[in-house]
Formats: sequence, C-alpha cells, structure tokens
Amino acid sequence: MIETLLQNRTVQVLIESFPRILLPGLAVTIPLTVLSFAFALVIAAAVALVQYAQVPVLRQLARLYIWVVRGTPLLVQLFIIFYGLPSMGIVLDAFPTAVIAFSINEGAYCAETIRAALESVPAGQLEAGYCVGMSWWQVMRRIILPQALRTAFPPLSNSLIGMVKDTSLAANITVAEMFMATQRVASYTYQFLPVYCELAVIYLMFCTVLTWVQKRGEKYLNAHGFN
Amino acid sequence: MPMLEVHDIRKSFGPREVLKGVDLTVEKGAVVAILGPSGSGKTTLLRCINFLEKADGGSLVFDGEKVDLARVSHADVARLRRKTAFVFQSYNLFRNKTVLQNVTEGLIVARKMPKAEAEAVAVRMLEKVGMADRCSQYPHQLSGGQQQRVAIARALATSPEIIYFDEPTSALDPELTGEVLDVMRQLAAEGMTMLVVTHEMAFARDVSSQVIFMEDGRVVESAPSDAFFADPKQERTRAFLSRIANR
Repeated sequence: MIETLLQNRTVQVLIESFPRILLPGLAVTIPLTVLSFAFALVIAAAVALVQYAQVPVLRQLARLYIWVVRGTPLLVQLFIIFYGLPSMGIVLDAFPTAVIAFSINEGAYCAETIRAALESVPAGQLEAGYCVGMSWWQVMRRIILPQALRTAFPPLSNSLIGMVKDTSLAANITVAEMFMATQRVASYTYQFLPVYCELAVIYLMFCTVLTWVQKRGEKYLNAHGFN
Repeated sequence: MPMLEVHDIRKSFGPREVLKGVDLTVEKGAVVAILGPSGSGKTTLLRCINFLEKADGGSLVFDGEKVDLARVSHADVARLRRKTAFVFQSYNLFRNKTVLQNVTEGLIVARKMPKAEAEAVAVRMLEKVGMADRCSQYPHQLSGGQQQRVAIARALATSPEIIYFDEPTSALDPELTGEVLDVMRQLAAEGMTMLVVTHEMAFARDVSSQVIFMEDGRVVESAPSDAFFADPKQERTRAFLSRIANR
C-alpha cells in the first residue's frame, strides 16, 4: 500500500519539493527574519525611549516615523527601496533591501509595543529608584526596562511570528526565499494545491517552534522576577 | 542645628495652588508629624522637599546646605537625595527584585558598595524590620504590611540622615498598620530623624516630638506634640481634632 502511495505523482512531487522549499527557508527566510527583527528591536527600543523620556525634537521625529511607516503598506515600502531608490543612485541588493525594509517597518510597530509596556510600569517604580539614589538611566536599566520587557514579551513574540510570514513578500523583490522557491516548484509541476499547502505547513512548523520558544521564554521571565 | 529647614515653599498644579508658602523646620533626631485633611498639600509638600515634584518657589536648607527649590540642579538633587530616604504610601518596592535585592539595589548600583557588604547591610536592616526570613521572595508574594516593612529596610540601608514617610499606613488593612507603626516607633526611639505625613493620630500623639497641622496649602499650627493635642491654639485645629476624636 505504501508503495502505491509513493508512486502517486502528487506524493512524489511533495517529497521532492520538500527540501527545495525547506532549504531556502533555512537559508533565507530564517536569517532574513532574525536579522530584520533584531534591527527592528534596536530601532523600536530607541524610538520608544525617546518618547518615554520626552526628548524634545527626537520625540516628534519618532511620532513622524511611526505615522509614516504604519500608514503605508510594507510591499510599497519594499518597492520604493528596491525599485525606486536606484533612480536616485542608491542601488542595493535584494536581501539587504529586504532586511532594511522589514527592520524599519517592524520597528515602528514594536516601538509602540515597547512604549506601551514602559508606560504600564507605575511611576512609583521610577520615583523609588530616584529615592534610593539611582540615576534615570540606572533605574531604566535595572528596574523599568526589565518590567517593561515582561509586559512587551507576548506582543513582541506576536510581531516576530508575524514577520516570519511577512518575509514571503520579499519574493516580490527577487529574494529567493521559501515562497519564491515554492512558486518555482508549482510552475513546473502544476501541482498548485499540494505544493502551496506544503509551504503553508512549513511556515506553520516555523511558527510552532516560535510559539514554543515564547512559552518557554514567558516561563523563564516569570521564574526570574519579571512578573 | 536643624537638620532640615524649608522656607516659603510654593507649588501649583495648573491653576490650583497646592502649597501657598509653607515653612518647616526639623531638628536632628526629631520626629515631625504632618497632619491635615485630604487635599491640604501634605503629600505635595513632602514630594517637593525630596524633589519628586518641582516646587515653583522656596528654598531648602539641608544639613547647612542651601538650595533654591525652583532652580535646583540635577547634581544637587542627586547629592541631597543620597542623604535622605523616602517611604511611599504604596510601598513602591521594585517588583522585579527580591526582598534582599530591593534593599541592596541602592547600595550596589547607586553607591557602588561591594555586593557582599551590601548584602550584609541589607540582612541587618531586614532583621530590624522582622523580614530577614523573606530575603528571596518577590514583593507580590508579601502582604502590604510586609512590603512596607521591606520598604523601610530599603530606606534604612542607605544610612539616611532623615527619612520621609508619605502616609506609610494609609494603603494598609487596619490590622496590618500596627506592624509598620511598631517599626517606626522603634526607629524614633533610636533617634532617627523622621518627617511623617500621616493620618494616624495615635502615632502623632505618642511618637512624634512635633506636629504640624496643614490646611489648604498652609501651615495652620505647629507645636510640640503634647501641647498640640492638649491645648491646640487655632480654632481650625480644634475642629479637626474634635472631628477625629468623635470618629
């Protein structure tokens, strides 16, 4: 019976295409997600902090950045950088373009998450830090940020999981990630339904791992006083 | 010589004038209680004295050093705060730190004390408030009274010259106020200088050496506590005290 199943054309295509989809996933989708999200967090932390600390000018710039980035589609942002900027003499490869666009885009959303988490820490925590002689930065680093991290952790995990899937948009600017690999397989096998379902399952696998990591992370934070 | 002198302190929140020129003196070793109805400006006064609110005007002499409250520099604030400690109504223990870390934090981070030394100090202070057996617990695992006692240990650890208490028992269940007041009584007996905003009449009468009665942003009456309770001079003070006594 298993032999008949293996001789089925659809099953053969699925088996053959599995590594062809998974490998670009491991080699492109995951590095693209990890790099972009890391940069996004750095941007987000900075943008959230200048708002939290009410730094003049920088605070307004932060609002402008969030307004523009959240108000325009990610796909349009990708196209502007990849297809638009070369006319101004700025030519970037597809992969770095995707990293830049995803970082800037996700940074705006995560900045709001982190700002909200910072503002959810009671003002008394900062005041208590001042009263034992700590400086603003010392209180931020040791008291406020760790507490905000706990609050921000689930929504940030959400953003990360969302980004794994958003990286499929990079196929539109010629980044050879999982979605593009699948398109290729589909176009010469004509097995659209099974092949795209296979892709969906692989994305689901990635996101399942991340969900598990999130659960472990929350457990860790709870056990170390971040609650 | 007074430990703390405050002159003509003024503070408004928008159009509302909360402090209308308050003067105050705290002698070294004194326990001064600030009484008054809600909204009289007691808490704002205390917060302005420790720079948690920026006063609009007035000056402060601490330990012989004079600063203009409206124009005080960051460096002066930081330096003066290191000589003082503050106990909040809502405790404000660091929620992500254990009991022990709550007490050592100001020593290790702000004062660069070696960790082992800081922990020894912290354990000593926690023993004083009867909380040494809870070193590794987090604030949310403690009752309000226990949290406030840890907050007092945190205040004591930095060897302050004065401790400000902002209604330290107001957030507590009635049966828990006793344990906190006992600790404060003990500190008073040891000669700690304390400025206490409170609604606890018994504490003000039995423990404090001086009482200041505030209303509507002004000091109505200031007297040694026995005289204050036995023979209040102002009509407003008498009315306040009789209302409290009848409760």
